[in-house]
Amino acid sequence: MNWLRRGGNEPLWKEEFSVRTADERYVTRRQLTKFLVLTSLGMFVGNIWILVRSIFYKAPIYPQQPVAQLGEIPVGGVKLFSYPTKEDHCIMIRTGEDEYVSYSQKCTHLSCAVYYSQGENRLECPCHNGFFSIKDGAVLQGPPSRPLPRIVLETRGEQLIAIEVKG
Amino acid sequence: MFGYEFYVDPSRCIGCRSCLQACEECDTHRGKSMINFDFIERRESISSAAYVCWHCDEPTCAQVCPADAIKKGEDGIVFSALKPRCIACNNCVIACPFGIPKMMIPEQQMMKCDMCYDRTSVGKRPMCATVCPSQALAYVRPEEIANRREKPTNIFYFGNQKITTKVFMMAPAEREAIALDVVDYMWEENHELVATRG
Repeated sequence: MNWLRRGGNEPLWKEEFSVRTADERYVTRRQLTKFLVLTSLGMFVGNIWILVRSIFYKAPIYPQQPVAQLGEIPVGGVKLFSYPTKEDHCIMIRTGEDEYVSYSQKCTHLSCAVYYSQGENRLECPCHNGFFSIKDGAVLQGPPSRPLPRIVLETRGEQLIAIEVKG
Repeated sequence: MFGYEFYVDPSRCIGCRSCLQACEECDTHRGKSMINFDFIERRESISSAAYVCWHCDEPTCAQVCPADAIKKGEDGIVFSALKPRCIACNNCVIACPFGIPKMMIPEQQMMKCDMCYDRTSVGKRPMCATVCPSQALAYVRPEEIANRREKPTNIFYFGNQKITTKVFMMAPAEREAIALDVVDYMWEENHELVATRG
């Protein structure tokens, strides 16, 4: 905030909390007004930017990627893979004979990797005990506020193909 | 303030402790004396020294205060720590080269000599200076002190730290400043009296 200051070589904290009562500097009315105007201007511009972006928003096109063979993992088994890019780690669980679900492995709280707890039948984040439902990825407990993004799977022949990320 | 300056002359101190009593009478810290009273070479002599805060131009106590509690007023007086701010951390007590600040444990507040601000700010003399019979603590006009054999100085050297103060110390006439190498003084071999005693 150097451009808001009057001249002076002292560090800002020393200037604002001067040892001498005569040199103590308080925020002036003009400084506060300047700060308020510029901040609200910044927020206004930011909102316009968000609005413009939402107008030009295009739904992303996801690649189709084979992730596993049918029957490759046992019932209650887990397979880890990356989708849609190499950095997006996902977890796939075989919940029944013909039922497969897949979620992003990144906890929506602070991005720790969630794992599947077979005994509790839920996805658990070890960092802050955030639990997610195995059915739809909804938050069951803990600090996360959003459900896990779901990877939509499709069966083609003997192959499971990831086709989309939802949420 | 009002043309008066504070002069401290330890060589005149007779150890009567009137200043301590008078200081306790001050309304801002009633019952607590803010005078620093020391004996010099207690084993060898009866000489004593009473002195007040020197009110440094760049007060070390205030500079080290983490709570911004110690302030130097416009007329050069360094005040006691502000009660709502003081966290009783003792930084000032340790930092002051003169050993002035006093930590008042029951109040959890540092208190020090403020040169009887309630009196000096309206042109009266500080309590200690009014009672000192030998004027070892003198609050007079500069021309009055010029008659003395010693000359006032307000420049102190503590090792490499140079301190200029509001209160004057009466020093031998040929001395421009008072220099004290604290570490050297503490070093026993160089300390004459300690060395001779073994």
